[in-house]
Amino acid sequence: MIDFELSPEIAAMRDQLHMLAEHAMRPIAREYDEREHEKPWDFINMMWQLSKSSGIGPGAAKDGKDKAPERDRNLRTVVAVEELSWGDAGLYLSIPGPGLGGAAVMAVGTPDQKQRFLSRFKDDKPVWSAMAITEPGAGSDSAAIQTTAVRDGDHWVLNGTKIFCTSGLMAGDATKSNGFVVVWATIDRSAGRAGIKSFIVDAGTPGMTVAKCEDKLGIRASDTATLIFEDCRVPLDNILGSPEVPKTSEGFKGVMATFDATRPIVAASAIGVGRAALDFVRDELKKQGVEIRYGVGPRKLTAIERDFMDMETQLQAARLLTWRAAWMMDQGQKNNLEASMAKAKAGLVVTQVTQKAVEMLGPLGYSRELLLEKWMRDAKINDIFEGTQQINMMIIARRILGYSSKELS
Amino acid sequence: MINFELDEEQKLIRETVIGFARDEIRPYAREADEKGAVPASLLQRGWELGLVQGIIPEEYGGSGSEHSALTGAVIAEELAYGDLAIAMHLLAPRLLTVPLVEFASSALKRSLLPAFCGDVFEAGTAAVMEPRFDFDSSAPATVLRRDGDEYVVSGAKCYVPLGSQAKHIVVLAGLANGDGTVHPQAVVVARDTPGLRVGGREKSMGLKALETTSLELDACRVPRDHVLAAGDERAMRRLADLWHVGLGAMAVGVARAAYDYAREYAKERRAFGQAIAQKQAIAFMLAEMAMEVDAMRLLVWEAAWKLDRHEDATREAYLSKRYASDMVLRIADNALQVLGGHGYIRDHLVELFLRNARGFATLEGLAIA
Repeated sequence: MIDFELSPEIAAMRDQLHMLAEHAMRPIAREYDEREHEKPWDFINMMWQLSKSSGIGPGAAKDGKDKAPERDRNLRTVVAVEELSWGDAGLYLSIPGPGLGGAAVMAVGTPDQKQRFLSRFKDDKPVWSAMAITEPGAGSDSAAIQTTAVRDGDHWVLNGTKIFCTSGLMAGDATKSNGFVVVWATIDRSAGRAGIKSFIVDAGTPGMTVAKCEDKLGIRASDTATLIFEDCRVPLDNILGSPEVPKTSEGFKGVMATFDATRPIVAASAIGVGRAALDFVRDELKKQGVEIRYGVGPRKLTAIERDFMDMETQLQAARLLTWRAAWMMDQGQKNNLEASMAKAKAGLVVTQVTQKAVEMLGPLGYSRELLLEKWMRDAKINDIFEGTQQINMMIIARRILGYSSKELS
Repeated sequence: MINFELDEEQKLIRETVIGFARDEIRPYAREADEKGAVPASLLQRGWELGLVQGIIPEEYGGSGSEHSALTGAVIAEELAYGDLAIAMHLLAPRLLTVPLVEFASSALKRSLLPAFCGDVFEAGTAAVMEPRFDFDSSAPATVLRRDGDEYVVSGAKCYVPLGSQAKHIVVLAGLANGDGTVHPQAVVVARDTPGLRVGGREKSMGLKALETTSLELDACRVPRDHVLAAGDERAMRRLADLWHVGLGAMAVGVARAAYDYAREYAKERRAFGQAIAQKQAIAFMLAEMAMEVDAMRLLVWEAAWKLDRHEDATREAYLSKRYASDMVLRIADNALQVLGGHGYIRDHLVELFLRNARGFATLEGLAIA
């Protein structure tokens, strides 16, 4: 039966996280935007303690023993991520925890791998994990990656360069945390996508170097690292999934399936940023005595009212698409199409909403005294990472048309 | 608790209506548009689905299902997917029966509802819009005033579906607040009331199969209990919300019809050695349509769901109708574009979808959830 109301548990968690976003994130949002490459350690440590004690938030342990019920995990996560991103998207991304690397281990890891890599998220000190896919010559076309993994006795030997790795510094540098990086590499270049496998590389493994952290337009509190692999040796059983090269690209599809879980999360983060801007505009308009008149004849609306209504409706459309994608995953339904819809819509919408918000508030919007201009900068990444808007539109198109990637590229 | 799935009864109703729209409505869409009329046999078969009788309480002869805006939205979308004008014709009686079921006194229900539980199609309607560019359903210019034990209605209306056929009409009028402003009030007016004059059939760019007329009310006197939920502003907001959801849902249906048509065409039509759907320029348009159809529907359903919980849904209903009106036009226009020159030709239905889609931003009160 159709129901758009969050369960009392999720609503309570959301309210709790909202307090946290307002009181622990907003006050330092500007500071860590200006001080790029410095880490908000007080905030990080607080979030680490909080995620361990309460089990709330996306940092909650994903070792199968956490308190959050499984049946609504994805929905809980998107609601939590929206709230934290309302506080600050960069700070949200800097929160330690299983993250994308952990999600991959959780999804396809063996019991032994889960034990070895996920139990550390119960440690006293914060732990990060990261996912390294993008390369200088391969972004959206992740099947074209050049990083190689070659078997040598008891080890896989990795060689290549990974860029744009979110939290790559915190996950890969052993002086930062006891983390790990999940690295995509090919074990057989002639096999194309079928040859692509992912490997878990422990922080500080010899041969893995964090070469640099990018200077970015936004989400500056979060590091975006370049990782270089030079004869980096990892144990044989650090491969995720089978070491065989399948005849078909089914294996690659399995790897890509991780995105079905992560894209709604990125969409939710986008919506959090968009809502931050919308809430701010609403408050400012109220101060100026501007009332948004719902129900009035359409030809009587002012330009401001029309803009504001467009923004809030677009945002709500993106939120409903996102909740649906997460809910479907919780139900065990395939959500590849819906996850891409959520991501494409949310990325586009918040980019537009935050840009409009800057415009609507004029000099206030453009000023670094306020956070609007920052939200506009932060919002844009959601239109890009975890699959650009265009890649997601491509996936939607293939699904609705029944085309393979060969038939539509 | 969040759930994106219709319940079993709604699924069953939807399946039935999908079949009817596919087998009965769509094949007549073009002919009905060209001839400006819905075939009587089609109306009769539509009537037999029980979509009007279903929500009328058993004591008045109906099937007594509880009125649900969400179920209404599902029905409206699926019928409109078949054809908008035919859908509006089939559901026009609900423009009268839904406000009666929700807001009328039992005496009024007893006198009017049984007529809608018979074996043949019975017309009913609402006169909401007014012939002015800045028409505002929250402050209608049609005047309602109290005179002793009766009320008097005066004003001009337009876009009244089945205006010459319906025996009773829900008229939206403004009752003075005393400070120069008015609040909207729905009042049931019999067509044979002295002073009421049904105008000629209107000619529109779309909805050609649907008879709409203008209406003039010159000091029409109505009994007191024909004013629905008098003084209850919440009830009148709810009525406007139900209109918005009804039209929003129909916009989803038209948008989906245009999208499906364009998608199937694009898979068949070949250019430069491949299907045009294999070109990104076309594929991305189709992907956007698919995404927006879902977005529209979710927004409309959210508003309907709130109405079914009897919560204030004015914002959701208004915004979802607004969004759906914008989006259906964009989708129908893009669908026509996918067909190129063929889309402009009346051999294909997309030009009809586009003409029908254009109306949503303007129309109010032609459908109800």
